[in-house]
Amino acid sequence: MSDTVIRVENLSKKYIIGKNGAGSDGLRHAIHDFFTAPFKKSRNPQSAIRNPQSDESAIHNPQSDEFWALKDVSFDVKRGEVVGIIGRNGAGKSTLLKILSRITEPTRGRVRMRGRVASLLEVGTGFHPELTGRENVFLNGAILGMSREEIKGKFDEIVAFAEVEKFLDTPVKRYSSGMYVRLAFAVAAHLEPEILIVDEVLSVGDYEFQRRCLGKMNEVAHSGRTVLLVSHNVTAIEELCLQSILLKNGRIERSGPTHQVVAHYLSATAAHSTWHIDGQTEREGTGNARITRLELLAADTDTPVTSLKFRESFRLRMHYRAIERLADPRFGFALLSDKNERVFQSDTTEVNYQIQAIEGEGWFDCLVSAPNLLPGLFYLEAWIVERVNVAFADHIYRVGRIEIGVDPAQQEQMASLTYPGRGRVFMDCRWSQPDRPEGAYVTG
Amino acid sequence: MRPLTETLDPIAAPGERDAPEVPPSSPPPASSESFDLWIEAGRTEKHYWADLWRYRELFYILAWRDVAVRYKQTVAGAAWALVQPLVSMVVMTVIFGKIAGLPSESNAPYAIMVFAAMLPWQFFSNALSSSSQSVVSNAQLISKIYFPRLIIPASSVVVSLIDFAIAFSILAALMVWYQFVPSWRLLTVPVFVVLAIIAALGPGLIITALTVRYRDFRIVIPFVVQFGMYVSPVAYSTAVVRAKLGEGLFLLYSLNPMVGVIDGFRWAVLGGASQLHQPGFTLSVVLSVLLLFAGVWYFRKTERVFADII
Repeated sequence: MSDTVIRVENLSKKYIIGKNGAGSDGLRHAIHDFFTAPFKKSRNPQSAIRNPQSDESAIHNPQSDEFWALKDVSFDVKRGEVVGIIGRNGAGKSTLLKILSRITEPTRGRVRMRGRVASLLEVGTGFHPELTGRENVFLNGAILGMSREEIKGKFDEIVAFAEVEKFLDTPVKRYSSGMYVRLAFAVAAHLEPEILIVDEVLSVGDYEFQRRCLGKMNEVAHSGRTVLLVSHNVTAIEELCLQSILLKNGRIERSGPTHQVVAHYLSATAAHSTWHIDGQTEREGTGNARITRLELLAADTDTPVTSLKFRESFRLRMHYRAIERLADPRFGFALLSDKNERVFQSDTTEVNYQIQAIEGEGWFDCLVSAPNLLPGLFYLEAWIVERVNVAFADHIYRVGRIEIGVDPAQQEQMASLTYPGRGRVFMDCRWSQPDRPEGAYVTG
Repeated sequence: MRPLTETLDPIAAPGERDAPEVPPSSPPPASSESFDLWIEAGRTEKHYWADLWRYRELFYILAWRDVAVRYKQTVAGAAWALVQPLVSMVVMTVIFGKIAGLPSESNAPYAIMVFAAMLPWQFFSNALSSSSQSVVSNAQLISKIYFPRLIIPASSVVVSLIDFAIAFSILAALMVWYQFVPSWRLLTVPVFVVLAIIAALGPGLIITALTVRYRDFRIVIPFVVQFGMYVSPVAYSTAVVRAKLGEGLFLLYSLNPMVGVIDGFRWAVLGGASQLHQPGFTLSVVLSVLLLFAGVWYFRKTERVFADII
């Protein structure tokens, strides 16, 4: 019993959404509510959030736009366990972490923890662009809860990990985005709490750096610390966590050994040909332009397709909306494997496709001819880059699912190529022997 | 390798909890005591003040950040902290002292009398403006990291305090220029600085908490600060006001916390015949302290939902 370091019981969190929401509704409404309060039952969002028990009628009121981001979530975590939390966008992962990190309060239920807790919901929280790299290490460290002495002791290590020695006294606003992220992660990686709560930080930086982050996380995971990790990167979860929790619509859909939970999660994603992602909140970027919709179309007609045959050409249509005129932007997308490894990517710059500027709404097509992909499930990642400052205007990760199926005519030939662990791509390979002519044979 | 253990046991099976909430069953008392962090709705933080102390390094570093950033990429740098009060002082001395011919206090040069008020006023207005904006301008921190939120408005006041210290050197220069010798009372200035901090922080906390929900206050504050300078005895002596208003109305005037602070400053800086008007001063001080308590109370009451509504 004493080994349980996190105990979550019936945790629920309600948000009020819509025009009567808890957002920045003007003072006018509050004054109006204040004066009309004696005449009707209070629907003041503030009171509803703070003290839902006093407003029980609102729960059954269909007109109150309430939304349970978390509903009756309960679980225990033991000392030294590394637990992954997965789920689709809006499943309640971030809300759960926010409650565990004490950023926001639960509406109901309770959490009890034992030991020093540190949470990492974002890398580089509090980084100030005007301050130098050195100054930001101390600032960010303090924000994450490290003492000055602790940071001093680890300073050299942090700088070495981030590889920014030469730029320590340069304001971070002059850093490249890669350097910025490396420094930010380096500080976070040197936190040494007993309980660590991490949200989606492994998806930053370039591939090389991601590997190093994963390595560092592995180190942390095996040092006996208790870790809660949210990630879209199922590979990372599988690599780091023995136990996982799958959240769906604010409830625990499944929990237990990671491989079982992940398998359940991956099989539950449905096939579509259009993905409306305008309202999706889990995205990064400046927001100056946004990918509003992705469509999977046949190669030569505008027919939507839900699944592709082996080596079937297709077009991916990216609909966008630009808030302001963006000169010289870059569009791109990538296909991810079901384990979230990038299988391939295409980017307008790489193929020297110049886009003068985008404004308002529109779309781009990318024709992919006879892709060498073995049958299986793939996921989409898409982005718009503002060329001027090389920042993502929008970047969405793992949005739609594309299935490459097996053509019945090819069935026999393909059967041997699609078992798990076979790899994801197809190469035209020819074998030969000194006394035998070469023979064509497909392999993966 | 750690053994693979089945320890994740969801207590609530999905789909079984659509009924109105069942209160969570009480845990065995033995285990509940050993948890050192409880998170629950409406649970008042037992350790709030201890936490505030634990996070003092964050307070220092946030204050340091604000100071370090303030004059980055400016040519004149901290000299800007001198220009503002100096120019205002000159203008007021000319208009109120020379043109309007208002009397100074205790034979001190009008410029010194004005500046003795300009110092706390500038501090107050800067501190009030920056603390009331502080939470919203640190929204990113609020939504990503836990710490006692009081640290943010409190640390934002430090910048104004530094500006105050820099501007204090003008007062010294003025005294040399007018060959004005201060009395021992100058040593009591820190007391009135503390009073000024209290006077600024109380309303600052209330307004910053309100700004999180109603951005209206972002617009209101510059106006209040501008208006406040004319209502407070910055450009003229309180003696003038008292003579014009009479005792009763003057007490009403003293409800402005800055009246007490400014009178205190003048009493300390000008020395000699400058007198504190006891009832008025007491009223100002009591009101400042009450506002601070109200500010802390309201801030703490609302800070738990900051992350949701910011």
